Amino acid sequence: MSAVSDNCADSPVVEVSGLVAHYGDRLILDGIDLQVFPGEILVIMGGSGSGKSTLLRHLLGLKKPSSGQIRVLGEDLTRLDQKQLFKLRRKIGVAFQNGALFGSLTVGENVELPLREHTDLDASTIRVMARMKLEMMNLAGFDMLMPSELSGGMLKRAGLARALVMDPSILFFDEPSAGLDPVTAAELDDLILNLRDTLGMSIVVVTHELESAFNIADRIAVLDEGRLIVTGSVDEVRATDNERVQDLFHRRPRNEAVDRDAYLHRLTGYRHDAP
Amino acid sequence: MIRLLNRIGDSSFGFLEQAGRLLLFLIRVLAKALRPPYCWRRVLHQIHFIGARSTLVILVAGLFTGMVLALQFYDTLVRFGSTSLLGSAVALAMIRELAPVLTALVVIGRAGSAICSELGIMRSEEQIDALECMAIDPYRYLLVPKLLACVISVPLLTSLFIMIGIGGGWFVAVVLFGLSEAAYFQGMYETVVMHDIYMGFTKSLVFGLLIVWITSAKGFFLHLERCGAYGAEGVSRVTTDAVVAASISVLCVDYLISALML
Repeated sequence: MSAVSDNCADSPVVEVSGLVAHYGDRLILDGIDLQVFPGEILVIMGGSGSGKSTLLRHLLGLKKPSSGQIRVLGEDLTRLDQKQLFKLRRKIGVAFQNGALFGSLTVGENVELPLREHTDLDASTIRVMARMKLEMMNLAGFDMLMPSELSGGMLKRAGLARALVMDPSILFFDEPSAGLDPVTAAELDDLILNLRDTLGMSIVVVTHELESAFNIADRIAVLDEGRLIVTGSVDEVRATDNERVQDLFHRRPRNEAVDRDAYLHRLTGYRHDAP
Repeated sequence: MIRLLNRIGDSSFGFLEQAGRLLLFLIRVLAKALRPPYCWRRVLHQIHFIGARSTLVILVAGLFTGMVLALQFYDTLVRFGSTSLLGSAVALAMIRELAPVLTALVVIGRAGSAICSELGIMRSEEQIDALECMAIDPYRYLLVPKLLACVISVPLLTSLFIMIGIGGGWFVAVVLFGLSEAAYFQGMYETVVMHDIYMGFTKSLVFGLLIVWITSAKGFFLHLERCGAYGAEGVSRVTTDAVVAASISVLCVDYLISALML
């Protein structure tokens, strides 16, 4: 972690330029330019269908863009082969929306998994390291439970512990507060802020929850219909007079008719040529 | 008319796409299965699930298949007064056809459906993406152990099926119908040659590969299903498809191998 941030003190850890992505022949992301600087929390915001999940999948290298560049820790994701990509991914942590824990393993084993696969540490060291991460997430003593025995908020935190167990320098978090009650969501926000302050981690959060975004963000990027319409600090974004952004912030319904055929086509990749 | 042509074109593209995806998938899994490192702990775990835990079903299925076979053959052969052929008839039918096919069908029902739905759920809950993001190759971690376990287990289960089936036949022929034990086994020694055993073995090996290939590919590519598969409904639909496709291809390939090897 330190090697990376020393080398490029202020150069961005994630740099996206001219990213264009299609799903079938429908344009999903259109010319995205985005930077994440070391030690900051960038929140990518947008309503459903704005393309924010697709953007995240591209940042993780799970999808290849139609054109454009994605540099993570100085390496161009689009040019890496699988081996190089896997090497890079050991330095990033990803927390998924519902934790994405493996149901056949206990919570503890889930957190231990990356260490067991990527390091030669002995089993007892690995267990201690995993427990420390769980403790950090206020889940001490939960390591022997199965994921099915945890609540939604606990699953997210356990997923976060697993994402952090390799001490990544960048953390990606998909929808930290979706589906949680306000108190639990606020707890997760605090955890994320703590990570930035104590570990100096760069964090990318994808969310549609306004309150949480304003709480944690250093900068916000607002995505709408595949385009980034505003990027800037919380105050800058709040002050913008872009109508779409204000709609999102003030929960104004847009009342736009959704084109059924285009929607179905995007959803299924299948043409419903109904008369 | 044009709509109809459009439909036909669309669905044949879909079929070709799926066929190509399945083939690439098989090549990729095989390539990784043939190169170390292996995670033997996971392979053993899968052998336990696919193989060891199917033993009881296979024993019961094999026993009754052997018994009913002997019953039917006895009923036919006794009319020609050639009940001495009973032993070889049971053994040949078991080794060449029934044991490989029925074992494969039992394994599809028990383990194949589980493989497909497990992978489908892992896909729809982003667990496979999570593996990739942890820099763990899902092919190596999830699919290779299943492939090895299935290819190792199915031939073993098949031989178990054959043995218990011959035993079941013996019970009906010798104990129930009072046929001489010597005649039952002597016929077998004389007619069953190594080639029959190769044939049964080849079949069970190919079936093992076929089962794991089709069911795991269906689950693994849940998100690429044409009409959009998602959640519980998607997983159950894809699992049904996988079981049907695997069963039918086992039966078709069975005919092919028989025709080639007889």
